[in-house]
Order: sequence, then structure tokens, then C-alpha cells
Amino acid sequence: MAALPKRIVKETERLSKEPVPGISAVPHDDNLRYFDVTIDGPSQSPYEGGLFRLELFLPDDYPMTPPKVRFLTKIYHPNIDRLGRICLDVLKSNWSPALQIRTILLSIQALLGAPNPDDPLANDVAQAWKEDQSKAIETAKQWTAQHAARPTA
Amino acid sequence: MDSEDDFNSSQMSEDDFAQDSDVEIDEGKDAESARSSSCDASDTWTVDSDFDDDVGFESQDKDIKPNKHAYEVDFNVFEPSQIQASQHKQIAEVSSILVQPPEATAILLRHMRWNKERLIDQYMEKPEETLESAGLGQDAATNPPKITKIQGFCCDICCEDGPELDTFAMRCGHRFCVDCYRQYLYTKIKDEGEAARIRCPGDKCNRVVDSKSLDLLVGDDLHDRYQELLTRTYVDDKEKLRWCPAPNCVYAVECAVKDRELPRVVPTVHCDCGHYFCFGCSLNDHQPAPCSLVKRWLKKCEDDSETANWISANTKECPKCHSTIEKNGGCNHMTCRKCRNEFCWMCMGLWSEHGTSWYNCNRFEEKSGSEARDAQAKSRQSLERYLHYYNRYANHEQSAKLDKDIYLKTEKKMQQLQSSTGMSWIEVQYLDTASHALQQCRQTLKWTYAFAYYLARNNLTEIFEDNQKDLEMAVENLSEMFEKPIDQLQGLKVDMMDKTAYCNKRRIILLNDTAENLKQGNWEFNVALS
Repeated sequence: MAALPKRIVKETERLSKEPVPGISAVPHDDNLRYFDVTIDGPSQSPYEGGLFRLELFLPDDYPMTPPKVRFLTKIYHPNIDRLGRICLDVLKSNWSPALQIRTILLSIQALLGAPNPDDPLANDVAQAWKEDQSKAIETAKQWTAQHAARPTA
Repeated sequence: MDSEDDFNSSQMSEDDFAQDSDVEIDEGKDAESARSSSCDASDTWTVDSDFDDDVGFESQDKDIKPNKHAYEVDFNVFEPSQIQASQHKQIAEVSSILVQPPEATAILLRHMRWNKERLIDQYMEKPEETLESAGLGQDAATNPPKITKIQGFCCDICCEDGPELDTFAMRCGHRFCVDCYRQYLYTKIKDEGEAARIRCPGDKCNRVVDSKSLDLLVGDDLHDRYQELLTRTYVDDKEKLRWCPAPNCVYAVECAVKDRELPRVVPTVHCDCGHYFCFGCSLNDHQPAPCSLVKRWLKKCEDDSETANWISANTKECPKCHSTIEKNGGCNHMTCRKCRNEFCWMCMGLWSEHGTSWYNCNRFEEKSGSEARDAQAKSRQSLERYLHYYNRYANHEQSAKLDKDIYLKTEKKMQQLQSSTGMSWIEVQYLDTASHALQQCRQTLKWTYAFAYYLARNNLTEIFEDNQKDLEMAVENLSEMFEKPIDQLQGLKVDMMDKTAYCNKRRIILLNDTAENLKQGNWEFNVALS
């Protein structure tokens, strides 16, 4: 594999030196473009108290193309589907090479705090969200407790 | 018949003559009678002409040109460099009105989908907002951006720094190193096929990269691709322009026929690459049937034809409840599984009337049987009707394919003919002409059947069917002649030329008749034309 671009080295360094509160991203030893990510569920959201695991991969032409990000933890959210794929503008059309891993992860955290059922990826969830929001939030809380519980250590 | 042939062929040669005079040498196409007079425009106009104006001029021309047929529409064919020139001309014109540099004007025009009037109106009313929504700042007119070196700069994309680093920023101030900027543009243009709205690489910046900045940053190959993409958006944005759909063809055709006129006219155009297509729907030439019928017909054929064929061949309907029944074995004593009706498979009559003559139906004259068959016949009629038209349509499609094979062999035949008879190359051209005519007439005939399927029965329809029959007979005669062995072909030359001319004439008559009536809304269809 070609040498890691300076940009990725710097980003990785900065992620470990000045971590973003509530977010961690650690590259694999054998593949420095592949990151294990965890995001804390934002407070005052149905995901509060949950710890969500994600995977993040930087393609060869990063930062010209956006990183590939996917939830590994099951989550009940109108913009995240059963396979953990995320519907977020900055991961698609609104990607800019000036964005970084940290800004993307912050956007994902913000998405947890502000679900957008009008632009759904998981249609069934979005439907439920629009029809009965309080019930949907309840389901999301249940899923968080069931699947995103913190390891007790 | 002979006299009529002669009459027609003399008519034709006049036509040919008239066309030859205005179409400059055009390898063999000139003899083709369908080459429209309107092609003249494409042969005579110059690169600088603004085609918007051309059309206006032409439509103001005397409405009756003696050699223009009712089924033909006016159109022009343009090659990419001409389309580009026309864009430049419009940009220059608007640029001087708005007092904006050309590269900014280009972005404004693209933003407004090349609607000059709307752009000028909107710009005069609220210039700031217009510039903003198009992705331009308000300072677009003053000192253009340059590539510079800046002390203490670190590129946000690659994290490189150093005093020797070339950097670039548009007036939005988002500065990156030249390599990253270039790489970014490369990705956008080559990988994503984006050109008209490439935004600044900065996060959430809406500033659109203009052609001048692009020229500073990228090399020729990327620049060419960029221009190509821009031209593509231009043609897509213009209602009057359409790309020729033929594979690898680079031309675009301009035609003034609008979508809402399509029920009244079938705008077949002829690209300079030789391809005939419909300007309305981009499908292959489908005269005389209008686009909406063609769409309907193709859909129906896709869904129905095979199924309908099978149903027609293998099933009958229950005389009582009209369920479709396939007899998959056993005797003629049928019991409908749905309505429990018992009947005879042979005569469709009630089984109870069969008495003891089971398994040997000889009761054709019985009343219930003949009534049941009548009813059956009626319900089958619509299916049969469809299949009637479909089979003829499919037959011509198939024959056209075969004729195309013949066409490919024609050249060889022409060479053989030259060597075996000592005729010159020009003398054997009639074979090529005939094969062209054959294919074109088959194409027309094919669509006459789809057209006829949707026609209500009346006098006009009968006239149409007579025309169709005449053309069909003419085509079959010519097609047969084409199959004759080489040694006979020489003797048939005059006859073949006559037949070719006759085919072309019949085709023109049929197309003229349908086009006239379509224009005046005389046809009665059994479906609504949308």
C-alpha cells in the first residue's frame, strides 16, 4: 500500500491528541484507513446514554471523495437503515474536501439529536416517526437500551 | 401499371433533380426522395449564425415551399463546435448588457437555463440576489484571482505547508494549494461528470468555479472534457435542441416543434450522420404514428404480444362466464372450474344437449352451440384484431432486418455486377438506391400498422388502408426483385429503378395524407391522444 498521505496522518494525530468529547475514532493497526468509531448518544435525545459503534473507511481518493461510514450498532432512526447506512448530505453531495473525519462524526452526532423523517432512508421508521412521534421516540429509547448499552466495566 | 410507373418515375426524376441542385455532393443520399428540403438550411448556414434567429427567419419564409412535404418539419443539424460558438455568441451579447465578465455571464446564463430575457429582467431588478443564487459573488467584475505563494500557508486538504507552495482561491477566499484544487477539479469533471456547477472546495461555499479560474488550473485534456460537458448541459437545457441518439454521433438537431404540438405532428428529423429519428421522443423514425400512440403501442407489445399469441392459439373461453380455459388433456366434456358450466370443447355448446353422442361432436348446427361460438367470437375479436396488426408490424420489423442484411450485401453485389457485366460504378448505384428505399418504406409500413390499430373505422381509415395496401404491394414487388441472381439484375435495371421510384412516391403520398389529417385533427382514434 502506498504511503499514507500527510493529511490522513495529521487527522489521525489530532483525533488522538485533541479528541472530540463524546466521540472516539481509532485506526486499525493493519489498515490505517479503517477506523473503529464510537459516538455517545446526545443528551436530550432518545439515544441518550447509548454508546454507538460505527466503522469508517477512507477511500483511496480521500479527501476528494467522502469517507464511508456505517453504524454497526442497531439503531432506530429515520435516516439510518437496517444495514446501518446513513443518509446525510455531507456524506454525499455536500461533501467538501475541506471537511474532516471529526467534522463528519460531529454531523452524525448532530443527526442523532435531530432526526429528519422528511428525508428518510428507513421508510418504515420515518413513517412511524411521522404518524406517532412519541411512540417512535419510545421505540428508539428501547432499542438504545437493548442494543447500545455501555459495557459495564 | 406500366404507365403509372412511368408517370411516377418521371415525377421522381424531377424531384431528384431539384434536390441534386441544392444538396451538395452527399454520397448517394441525394437520390433519396425523403431527404427534406429543409436540410438545405444545414448545408448553407455559417458557423457564426445564431440559430435562434435562423429559425425565425425560416418560419417567416413563404409557408408553402413547392418541394416541402406535409410530413416534413424544419430542422437544422449542428456539430459541437457550432454549438459552442453559439454559446459564446450569446454569452458575449448578454455580457455586454449586464456589464459582467464573460465567465461570470456564462455562469448566470447556465443558472437561468439559457433564458436570456429572464436573466436580464431578474438581474436588472435585483442584481445581488441573482448573482448570489447563481453562485457568484458581487465582486465578480474586479481583479481576477491569481495563483500566488503565501507565507505561513497550510492547505486544509492535504495539510502541506511551506513558502514555495502555489495556492489558489476564488474571490470567496477559500484558499487551497494548486495541486489539491487541480485534483478536486479533476475528480469533479472526470469522475462525476460535473461542469456547469462545480462549487468551491471550501465547506458550505456556494461559489461556482468559473471557466477563467479553471483555465488557470487545469491542462488541455481536462479543459476539453469540461467544454464538452458544458455543451451537453447547454443542449439539455435548450428545449429546441436535442442530441442525435445514434451511437457515437456527436451532432445535435434543432427543431422548433414543441411538446404540446406532438399530437398534431410527427417531427422526424434526419441527422447528418444518416440517422432518422423523432425529435419528440428520440426514438427511431416512426412516421406516420404520433409519439403518444407509439409509446402506447410499444408498451402494449411488450406486455401483450406473446401472451396474446399463446392465449389465441391454446385457449378458449367458457361460454358462460368467459374464463379463459386451456384444455390440457382428457375428453371434450368440459366443466368450467369457476362456474361449473358443462360444455363441449369442440362446438362450445351445452353438454346436456349432446345426448349420447359423447366424444364425437357432430352438432355444429345446434342453437346453443352457435350462440356460444358467436359470443366467443366477439370476445376474441379484440384479441384477433390486435394480433392482426401486431403480426404485420412484427413482420415488417423482421423484413426490415433482413433487408438490412441485403443492404450490407448490396455493395458486394454491386462489385460483382460491375465485374460480370462491365457496368461502371455509377451505373450500379440503382441497387443502393433501391435498398435504401426498401428499408425506409418498411420502417414506415411497420408504423402504419401500429397507427391503424388505434384508428376508428370510417372513410378516412379506408383511404388510409388503401394507401397502406398500395405501399405494401410496391414494397413487396421491389423486395422480390432484389433477391434475383446477379445475372438477371442487369436486365432488371430500368424496372427496378421504376419500382424504387414508385415505392418512394407511394410512401410520400401515404405520409402526406396522414400528416395533413393529423395536423387538422381529422383522425378519429379509439384512444385519447395525450
